[in-house]
This record gives sequence, structure tokens and C-alpha cells, in this order.
Amino acid sequence: MLSTEEIMKIDHEIALVPIRKAACIEALKIVQNNRGWISDESIHAIAAHMDMSAEELDSVATFYNLIFRKPVGRNIILLCDSISCYVMGYEKIYEHLQTRLHIKFGETTPDARFTLLPNPCLGTCDHAPALMINDDLYRDLTTDKLDDILKEYK
Amino acid sequence: METPLTQHININRPSLNLKDYVRVGGYQAVHRAITMSPQEITKMVQESDLKGRGGAGFNTGIKWSFVPMNDNAQTKYLVANADEMEPGTFKDRLLLEGNPHQLIEGMIVSAYAIQANISYVFLRWAYKKAARLIRQAINEAYAAGYLGKNILGTGFNLEMHLHTGIGRYMCGEETALLNALEGKRATPRTKPPFPQVSGLFGKPTIVNNVETLCNIPHIVNNGADWFKSLSPGADAGTKLYGVSGKVNKTGLWELPMNTTMRQLIEEHAGGMKNGYKFKGALPGGASTDFLVEEHLDIKMDYKSVAAAGSRLGTGTMIILDDHTCPVGFVHNLEHFFAQESCGWCTPCREGLPWTEKILLSIENGEGRPEDLELLRMHTKFLGPGNTFCALAPGAMEPLQSGLKYFSEDFEKHINEKRCPWR
Amino acid sequence: MAAIYIDGKAYEVTPGKNLLETCLTLGFNLPYFCWHPAMGSVGACRQCAIKLFKDEQDTNGRLVMSCMESVRDNMYLSVNDPIAKAFRSQVIEWLMTNHPHDCAVCDEGGSCHLQDMTVMTGHTYRRFQYKKRTYKNQYLGPFINHEMNRCIQCYRCVRFYKDYAGGKDLDVFAAHDHVYFGRAQDGILENEFSGNLAEVCPTGVFTDKTLKEHYTRKWDMTMAPSICQHCSLGCNIIAGERYGELRQITNRFNGEVNGYFICDRGRFGYEFVNSINRIQQPLIRSKIPDATDKQSLYNHLTETLSNNKVIGIGSPRASLESNFALMQLVGKENFYQGISENEAQLMRTVLSTVNSGHIHTPTLKETESADAVLILGEDLTNSAPRLALALRQAVQKKPFENAQQINIPSWHDAALREFAQQEKGALFIAYPTQTKLDEIASDSRYISPDDIARLGFAIANYLNNTAPALGDMDDDTLTLARHIADILKKAERPLIICGTSLCSEAILKAASNIAFALGTEDKKASLCFVVPECNSMGLAMMQAPSLNRAAEVLKKGEADTVIIVENDLYRRGAKKDIDSFFNHCKQLIVLDHLHNDTTNQANVLIPVGTFAEADGTIVNNEGRAQCFFQVFMPKNENLRESWRWLDEFRQFKNGVSREDLTTPDDLMAEMVELMPQFKGAETVAPPADFRIAGQKIPREPHRYSGRTAMLANINVSEPKPPEDPDSALSYTMEGYKGMPPAPLIPFYWAPGWNSVQSLNKYQAEVGGPLHGGDPGKRLFPENAVTENAFLNNISPAFKPSPGEWLLVPLPHIFGSEELSIYTPGIAQRSPRPYIAINKHDAANLNISENDIMQMQIKDQYYYDLPAKINDELPNGLAGIPFNIPGLGGIDWPATGILTKAAI
Repeated sequence: MLSTEEIMKIDHEIALVPIRKAACIEALKIVQNNRGWISDESIHAIAAHMDMSAEELDSVATFYNLIFRKPVGRNIILLCDSISCYVMGYEKIYEHLQTRLHIKFGETTPDARFTLLPNPCLGTCDHAPALMINDDLYRDLTTDKLDDILKEYK
Repeated sequence: METPLTQHININRPSLNLKDYVRVGGYQAVHRAITMSPQEITKMVQESDLKGRGGAGFNTGIKWSFVPMNDNAQTKYLVANADEMEPGTFKDRLLLEGNPHQLIEGMIVSAYAIQANISYVFLRWAYKKAARLIRQAINEAYAAGYLGKNILGTGFNLEMHLHTGIGRYMCGEETALLNALEGKRATPRTKPPFPQVSGLFGKPTIVNNVETLCNIPHIVNNGADWFKSLSPGADAGTKLYGVSGKVNKTGLWELPMNTTMRQLIEEHAGGMKNGYKFKGALPGGASTDFLVEEHLDIKMDYKSVAAAGSRLGTGTMIILDDHTCPVGFVHNLEHFFAQESCGWCTPCREGLPWTEKILLSIENGEGRPEDLELLRMHTKFLGPGNTFCALAPGAMEPLQSGLKYFSEDFEKHINEKRCPWR
Repeated sequence: MAAIYIDGKAYEVTPGKNLLETCLTLGFNLPYFCWHPAMGSVGACRQCAIKLFKDEQDTNGRLVMSCMESVRDNMYLSVNDPIAKAFRSQVIEWLMTNHPHDCAVCDEGGSCHLQDMTVMTGHTYRRFQYKKRTYKNQYLGPFINHEMNRCIQCYRCVRFYKDYAGGKDLDVFAAHDHVYFGRAQDGILENEFSGNLAEVCPTGVFTDKTLKEHYTRKWDMTMAPSICQHCSLGCNIIAGERYGELRQITNRFNGEVNGYFICDRGRFGYEFVNSINRIQQPLIRSKIPDATDKQSLYNHLTETLSNNKVIGIGSPRASLESNFALMQLVGKENFYQGISENEAQLMRTVLSTVNSGHIHTPTLKETESADAVLILGEDLTNSAPRLALALRQAVQKKPFENAQQINIPSWHDAALREFAQQEKGALFIAYPTQTKLDEIASDSRYISPDDIARLGFAIANYLNNTAPALGDMDDDTLTLARHIADILKKAERPLIICGTSLCSEAILKAASNIAFALGTEDKKASLCFVVPECNSMGLAMMQAPSLNRAAEVLKKGEADTVIIVENDLYRRGAKKDIDSFFNHCKQLIVLDHLHNDTTNQANVLIPVGTFAEADGTIVNNEGRAQCFFQVFMPKNENLRESWRWLDEFRQFKNGVSREDLTTPDDLMAEMVELMPQFKGAETVAPPADFRIAGQKIPREPHRYSGRTAMLANINVSEPKPPEDPDSALSYTMEGYKGMPPAPLIPFYWAPGWNSVQSLNKYQAEVGGPLHGGDPGKRLFPENAVTENAFLNNISPAFKPSPGEWLLVPLPHIFGSEELSIYTPGIAQRSPRPYIAINKHDAANLNISENDIMQMQIKDQYYYDLPAKINDELPNGLAGIPFNIPGLGGIDWPATGILTKAAI
């Protein structure tokens, strides 16, 4: 079931496009923002609201990198693993994250505090290596900086 | 030296709001444009020789001229491609965060030129700050009557919406972007039919890169000749050039289009970091061919870079230094491309993971001599026209040139059964 | 015509097609996967690459995907260019990086397009050294097996299922080399055309699950051209047998009928042939033991038939031959159609319209091209499924035609859909409740049968004011009628569809009037009638009286003995009426293949062959006579065609000796002679003595294996194979190996093309008609033969009468048809008995969903049924699933009294 607020936001997006289904990506984002991830139940609820089948919606949802079809932690770390960050040593950052959090790419800490995901290019290559946690961008990373950054996220 | 695109950008200060933007001459191009016919604007842009700054380098005015202009009742769309996701590319971020009104103004003029009534900014999800600023700027523009119904009393209407993506490199390809805007999987479409006749929701559509659109107000304000005069070389206008990698001062600069690679690296980026040597560079993002030492003095314009065997692409250079393994470098790129393949056509879907696996095995010291032949086969058969879109051919550019310029390094991995850099 | 040059040779070809189709038509073996002749091009697989040169001088050229290039004049091409060949081989190698090497245990093996294309391109050596990706498979229901590891991502499945057939529950998930084709969760594929996935899929991802239950390789099957027996459309099928068991039905291309696709009822409904419920031996129930042999049966019957007053009851599911043989046995005046008077009257109305010559009866193929469609009173997905699939294409026609304005070629499927988006052509539906086609309809109205007819009459009257008018028309009906009429009038290829489902003669007449009013001298309007069963049209054309007349004759004592051929009368009327019918008959002789309530009443019961063990001709809804051929000779020699038994009875009765028996061709000739309305039916297929180079057409592929071994448990020396004196087909692998005439194609095979895709080779032009023309003979007159007179049958608008409900029969694709229900998967998909009423009626009766209601049909039975509450049904109507198990024995049309059942 979608909440009244979710429906309101989705309907706003629907009003902006000529074909109802065209707002389905917005709808996924709205629900994910609200719930953290997109469960099968959410897929069915959104699909019903969008006049789509679960398959049609999930086909879209599973195509994109940042629609989470599995539960994620409270904070999502997106570590850039693309070329400039590779040159500037993102692998060290990754190793450090693994040591600190005991998780690899695609995993969530047992306390659900962090989910760690690789991410292609954050568009800040002049300040590589970089990562985002939730909506916050961190650049020119060093392992020392990283420890302080992680502390900010509970 | 004029820097029209970045003249009002100061990254240490907030971007200009509408009032301040107008004070420095903003939205003059809209006022000017509405005194002209759409065809006149298109002609002017065509004459200015503004080439698409997204990477393809096609004349923007000519691109617009394919939009049917005979049916005024028809819905048409303009889309700003702000899905900057080419690895190593960070130029549009500056324009989006630094001066969002410049983009909006460019979009209004462009929409007027093709008589589009609905426009979208297709923005990369990661650009959170840009999203906030653009949303704010769009609202301001509506309030000031630059967007909405009957703009400046001309009878011209334009709606503008911000759409933020959810992550897929493919969305940067204009037809895949249209599918994403339609709420579909971002697989590309064939051309023809071109988006100009059958684009978003099947209607005539223009998709332009942010940097391209940001140039439009300046061309309209100052004329085609002025724009051409910005660069003494083969191409017109300024270009945002970037350098990332092991240089002293990574960054982004608006420069005339006759700047050489050497100037970029040595003057603007302050040269290689101490202890690092220049080994090669991808001149315009991940999907461009390596250029090496011998190319340092070529001019960074479309033609010269092409003549050197690469592409200007986005104009943001990634430098390969002597401490970085070229095999690992290329593997990183192919991993990216394999992951970002949409899965539609066979060569890309199956070929890229294969090259990725080969490169990884070479990097891990498990490569075989015949692997190089297999890699070369892929560079040949994943070429333009053989795949559905340009993703795989782009992916092959660094690989083919890597094999050409760094073949010794590849062979060394195979012969020594290890990565010499590890 | 355009001149193109392929590898230096000039060809004259049709412009506007794509290069792939053109090359295939020219006979080039060009591999492909994602392109499909009915679904067009999308350019995904990159398999069909060829070289295109700028001009004659150009020696470099560039690779192009032939499926994505329009044929133009003066094209210089090379199929055999080394780079093109290497690239095609490379594409296969890419596909093979992940494709499992499991051909030996794959159901597709031996009829696999991927195997064929792999061999064709010459890819042999595997250079990919890494792990293959693997997937989990899904449970997709009783019809389709899923094996995702084999997937080569050609996207044909989703394109067929979603885009072509309107399915919702199959899609592509994820991206890059992880794309997955399946459902959101395990579960039954809902679409009625899911079985086509087994043919559309170029490899073994989607395969026929019913075949898996008794698996046989294609090359090991004995196959024959056949006609689907499960609705009136007459889709062409290929039926395959091994070890005396019918194992598989596949589509048989007929460009004018089903094209490339059939519905799931047609594909999977064959298992009644293998049912344990088959009648195996003649029974004379007055004797002990009742099972008897042929000779005793002949003796018994000769006596019965000579001494008694005999009438014959034909059947709409029996062939023309069987009905005719019965008619000849009992005499024309003693032959009755085995259908109710009401149905017989409906069929007379249908026939009078089609025979008027004032309308055009469209082929199924033609219905796909309609640009405005009106459906009156049919739920086509359930009553004539393949026609519903055709209409899904029809609604795309107009928007796709618009795409020509921006030069999108008609084969360019992806571009057409991107351009057309959700645009649809005009489709109007009037039916008492929701139908699946509503989702693509411009407008759907849920109204009673009488109101459907009235809407039709109103449209006709608006189109031509000499057509009878509604005396009292409300504004809504008038507005709607005018709107529909205007659209039909403007359309270039309007199509009216109606049928017998709602048992309303008024609807048929109203539809006829619309077609009469719409048509002109030069351009007759298309009117398509959907009729109940596979040979309803053929039976009706015999113009015999109905079952009710037969009952009267029995009651009056004018007859005492009845022969019924392939007909369960309990499906034809009220149980008590049929009981009474049997009570009046002294001797009941029944010929049928499965035990049922009617065979239970028989004094003499004679087993007969199903369509798989019989030759025969049936006439589909468009008046097309088509032949089905015996697939195999059953071991049980009692399983013979009804017509063979009946004709023998006649001849023995007339003193003809065994060796002078006539042939089936003679029987058909006799029929045409006596009933000229069937003229042409005798020419549907080449006669039994037809030979090519002195040879018959083999039913078995030349790789048929094991025939010396398969009966070794009985006799080590190979027995003589059965002979087929009835047709030009042989029961062996020996015979003519070349192209058979279209009506006699037992299977598709061409050198290098083992899968169903070899069909290309059988077509004069790829996607076009078969060599020599598509089979079947249309029997309806095309020229005007009668005065064009409007029909009048306007009833007053429907008003619910208090306490009484009009019961409307709702057909179900799975469940309503008598024979297909024997397939376990179809029984599984069949609804349980229910009664549908609308929510207001439900509220008035204090009924909630699934509450048990008692339905008392006047003078008939009562039924306790769970309620299904429905938003659409008009007040005063109740929907009853038509003839599903447990709900037979209703005399339609019916009214009933509904009450909440006491607990």
C-alpha cells in the first residue's frame, strides 16, 4: 500500500508527463526515498497505481543502478570505482572501508548502519578519490579523512 | 581572453540568483531571441559552428534544422542532457552548479528556435547540489515570466521540468535518455528515425548537452562571428577542458579551442606530480583513444584530436602516469563499460565482459599470448555500426589504443605472469 | 522493383522490405535471431550482418545489419564477404560464451534455431575460458518450461508476449550480461498465447511443458498437417506422434488464417487424444460380454438399421465426411444437426448473411489490417482467441501507418512503437461484461444482449436510414451509435465482428445491417462471424433440422433408433430435455472417442478416431474448408474415422462387399455432388493418389530413428509399416523429400534448417504465402446473389424484471471447450463454477463475494454457485461460465431466479 503522501507526490509527477507510465521512475524514487528500498510489495503497490504490471515496473526498476531491490542500510556509501579514482587510488579507500566496516561491495553491516556500493564516476574527477554517503559528496579522500566522515553517520 | 561560459562562475561563492544574473546581462538573449524568427536563430547557431559538447561534435544548428517546423500545433520537446557520467568527466557539473540560469536561458532560446513547448533537464542523480539549484532557478524563471505561458508577451509557451536519473551511463546517449524520460529501460533507439522527427513520446525532440546549451545565449547576444572569433583554430567558441590524474593541479578551465594538450597539462594543470611521468592520456573521457607523448602538441579541437587517432569527446582528460599499470587502467574502463552495457545487443553485452575478463586475467598474471589476439578481435568487431549504439565502440577506443601504445606492457604481464606494477 | 547486386549477381526484388527478408526470400542462408517475420526488426542480436558497398567500385564496404536496412535500388551487397562471415561467426561465439552445452538434454535439440545458426556460421571452437553465468529458473505454469541459462537475449519472448500478444507478466529484468527474461515471481504465465514462446524462442529457454511429459525429438515424430479442433477459426497445426501417443501440437503457417501463432487452447488442448477415457472397443450393451468385434457389430447393426426407424444426429465437432456419411446412412430426411434449435437458428441467420454476397467475410489475416473495428457481443479472447490476437495487431495499424509520414518502414518494429507510443486505432466493444480486449479498446460498453443489438441497429440506421430504426432510442445510445458509425464510415477497412456466444439472433442481424449499410457495390464491408465449434459452419451448411426437431420426431414415434456421431447431447440442451430424448429412443447408437454422458446412454457404442487418427474436412467461421490428416495409425484398429464406420454400415446395408468399398475421396465427391454449396471442398488437398515423382509425402523426417527397435519387444523383424490409402501422405520416412504441396506439409525442414524457422523456405516470399498458395478453400459466395434487404429484429431495450435474471453464458478459453479440458494444464486453468452478478444486484440480494447463490433455471435444474461480484454487468444480468465442467446441461438462452443459498 502506498501512503497518502506517496500517492500525492507520485500524482504530481504523473501530471507532468503525457503518459501515466512515464512517471514510474519518479514513483520508484519517491517510494525509495520514503522507505529506503523497493520491496516486492512496493513494486506491486506502485505498479497498481501506475496502471502497470509488476513485471513491467520491475523491468524498469531492476535496470537502473540506484533503485534498491534489496534492503539497504541506513546510510549508503557509494564509492567511485571509475578511472580517475582508480588512478588516484580508490582501492586503498575501499580496503580501508572493508577493514573498518567488515563489508564488501554489495553488503550491509549487520547493524544496518551502512551499505557499501561501487559507483561509476561521481563527476568530481579533479578531486579523486571520491565517495558519496547518502546525499553528501566527499572528495580528495584519504583514509584518515574517511574515519572522521564515517563517524558522522549513525 | 573571453570566457563567456564561466565568466559569472565563482565556485567559492553561491551561484547567481535570477536578479543578479539579470543584472550581469542574463536573459538578454531571450529578449533578443523573441525579436527573431526561430529559423533565424537556428541559422545563426549553425553559422556560429557551435559543435555538440557532449562528445559527438555535430553542428548544433544543423541538428536543430531537422526539426519539422511546419506544424505549430505539434508538441515538441527540448531536453538538456545533464546526465554527465562519462568517467573522467566533470565539466557540466561546474556549469550546473555555477550558473544554472545560464543553462535555463540557453534552453529557452533553443526551445524557441525549434518551437518546443516542453523541456526537461535530465540531470544525473549524483548532482544533488545542482538539482537543488536548478529547481530553484526554474522556479525563479517561472516567477519572472521567462517560463510558462506567453513568455514576455510573445505567445510562446515553455514548460520546464527537472528529471533526476537513477544511474545508468546509457542515459547519456540521447535516445536512451529519451527512453528513460518515458519511464522505460534506458536502452538506445535506432537512428533513423532521428529524435528530431520521432523523439520523446514519439514527438520531435532535440537533446543537447549542457555545455552546448550554455553557449546559446552568448551566440545570440554576440553573433556567430564573435563566437567563431573566440578560437583562432579550426573550431569555434571556447571549451571547458579538464585534467584529472597525477598532475599538480587537477581542474577545469574554459579555454579557446586551439589549446594544446601540453598547455593543458603543463600550464593549467601545473605539470605532472613530482616523481610521476606522463605515459598517456584519454583526451576526452573514458571512451576516447589514448594519446601519448608524441601527441602533446596537438590542438584540442575536434579535427586535430581526430587526426591524432582519438576524439575530443567531452574535453576532460584523464592522465595515465608511469606508476599506474596500463592494463589495470584499461581493465577498470572495460569493467565500467561492461557493467554499463544495457544488455540489448549481442556484441556489447557479451563482448565487453569477455574483454574485461581477459584484461583481469592478464592483470592477475594469468594471461595467455592468444588473449591479445582476442582483445584485438574485439576492438575490430565492436566497432561503430557493428553494435547497436556507440557504447561498445567507445569502450574499444582506449583498449585498441592501449594495445597499440602499451603493447610491451601487455606482453610483459603475460610473459612474467604478473603485473609489473604490483 | 529494385535491382540489387549480391556477391556480384543481380536480383530483382521488392523495394520497401528489409535486406534480411529479401536475402532469405532469395534463398540465402543468412542467420538471424531477433528478427521475426511477424514481429519485424529491432536490430538487437547483430547476427544478420552483411557487407554494403557504396557502389560497384567500392571494395571495402561496411558491415550493416541486414534486418535494419531497407532495400533500395542499386545496392551492392555481399553475404559471403569474409569479414561479414567472420563477424556472424563471432556473434555466435559471443552467444555461446554463456550458452550451456546441454543440447543432448535440451528439448529444443534437433529443432533448435541456435544450433542451426551455429552450424551455419561455422563457429566450432570455444575460446572463452571463463565461467558461464547461471540463473534460477521459474515455474511458469502447466504449459511452459523455463530454462534461463540457455537464453541468448534476443528479446523475442518479451516482444512477442508483451508487444504482440498484450501479455503483462513476462518481461526483461536487470541489465548488461545479467538480463533475465521471466516473471516478477514464479507463477502461471497468464497470457492466452504463451505457448508461442516455445516457437518464438530460438533456443530452449521456453519449451512446451506438455511435450516434456512424453518427450520426443522432432526428428522422431510422425507428423501430419492438421486443423485445430478447439474453436471455429480453424487454425492450421502440425500434430506429432510417437509410440501411439500424440505428443505435440505446433503452429502450421497459413498466411490467410493463423499465420505464425496459435492460442494455448489449440496448442495444449490435444491431450484428450491420449486420455484414459478413450473408448477402446465397440460395445453392444445388451450382450454379455458387451465388448464385441467388428463382425458382430456389423451383424448387429445391419439388423438394427434394417428393421428400425433410424434417425441420425450430426455434430459441429465432427468432420464434413462423418456428418455426411451419417446423413447418407440414415437418409437426408432423417439427418439432424446435433445442436439446439436456438443455435441452429443463429447459424441459419449467419449463413443467410454470408450467402447474401453483400458482405465480405474477412480472413483472419485481413482482420489484422482493419483500421476500425466494432465487436458486438463477443469476448473474443475466450470465444475465438486467435482473432483477439489479430485485433491486437489491427489497433496498431493506423498509428503504424502514420509513421510512414516520417519514413519509418513497416518492418522497423522498434521505431514504429517508439513513434506510435500508446496511440491505438479505433476498436469498440459492446458486451455484457469486461473483456480482455477492453484494454486496447477506444470504448467498451457493458450492456445486455438486447441492448447490444439495439446499438447495432442504431448504427446501421444512422449509416443508412432505410435500415430499421429503433423506435425509442435514448440519447446515450444515439450519441454512441453516431460516433461509432462516423468512425466506421471514415475507415478504409472497417470490420464488424459478432457471433453466437450470447445466443442472440438480434445481434447477428444488427451486425449484418451495419455491414450492409456500410458496404457499397465496389467495396463490401467486412463482417466476421464467430461460431461455436470447429465445424459449426460446415454442419450448418448441410441445412439439416435441429436436435429439437429430432426430439419431436422421436416423441411422435416417427423414429425409434438414433445414431449420434461425436456429440455429447448433454452439452446441447437442458439435462431433463436430453434425458427425455434418450427415453424416447429404443436403440441408441453412439460413435465417439471419449466416454461422456451421452455415450453412457448408448446401447451400441462405437469407438472412433480423434482428429489425430482420422482424415477429415471442416469448415471454419470464414467458410474455409480445410483438411486435417491422420497423424498416425493407432495400434487399436477399432479407432477408425466415424465416416469410415458409417460409410461401411451404409454400404454393407446396401449389400456392397468389403473389397468394393469406396474411398474417402469418393465420399467427398458424392457430398459435393449432392450438396453443391460445398463445391470446392473436394479440392482442398491433393487426392489420395497424388504422387510427386511417383512418391508419397513422408510423415516422418528422414532422420526418424528407432523404427527397427521400437517394436522389437513384439517382433525382432521390423513389421511392415502401415499404409495410408486415404491420402497422399505415407506413415514412413520414405518418400518425396522435396517441398510438398502446401496443404500436405507435415513438418518444416530444410537443409541446415531443422527448427520451425525453416518455414522461410516454404514461403514464396518470406512472411508471405506458402509456395502454391495458402491452403483451404473458401466456400462462401463473394458476388451479390440476393437483394440487399435489411434485417429487422429489434427488441425493446432490456429492463431487469424483478426477481428474474437474464443468464448470459460467458465462454472461457480454458474450460468451456469440450475436448481441451482433458489436458490437465487446461483443467487447472479452467475457472471453478461461479455466478457473476453486479454489485447492486449483489447488495440487493445481500450477497458478498463467494457467497453461495442458488440459481434456479425455469423448468430446468438448480445450481448452487459461489458469487463473483462484478462492476460491469448490467443490473438484472447474471454471467455463467459457459459449459465448464459441472455447468453443462443448460438450455441457452436462459433466465433464472437467484436467491442466497441457505447454509
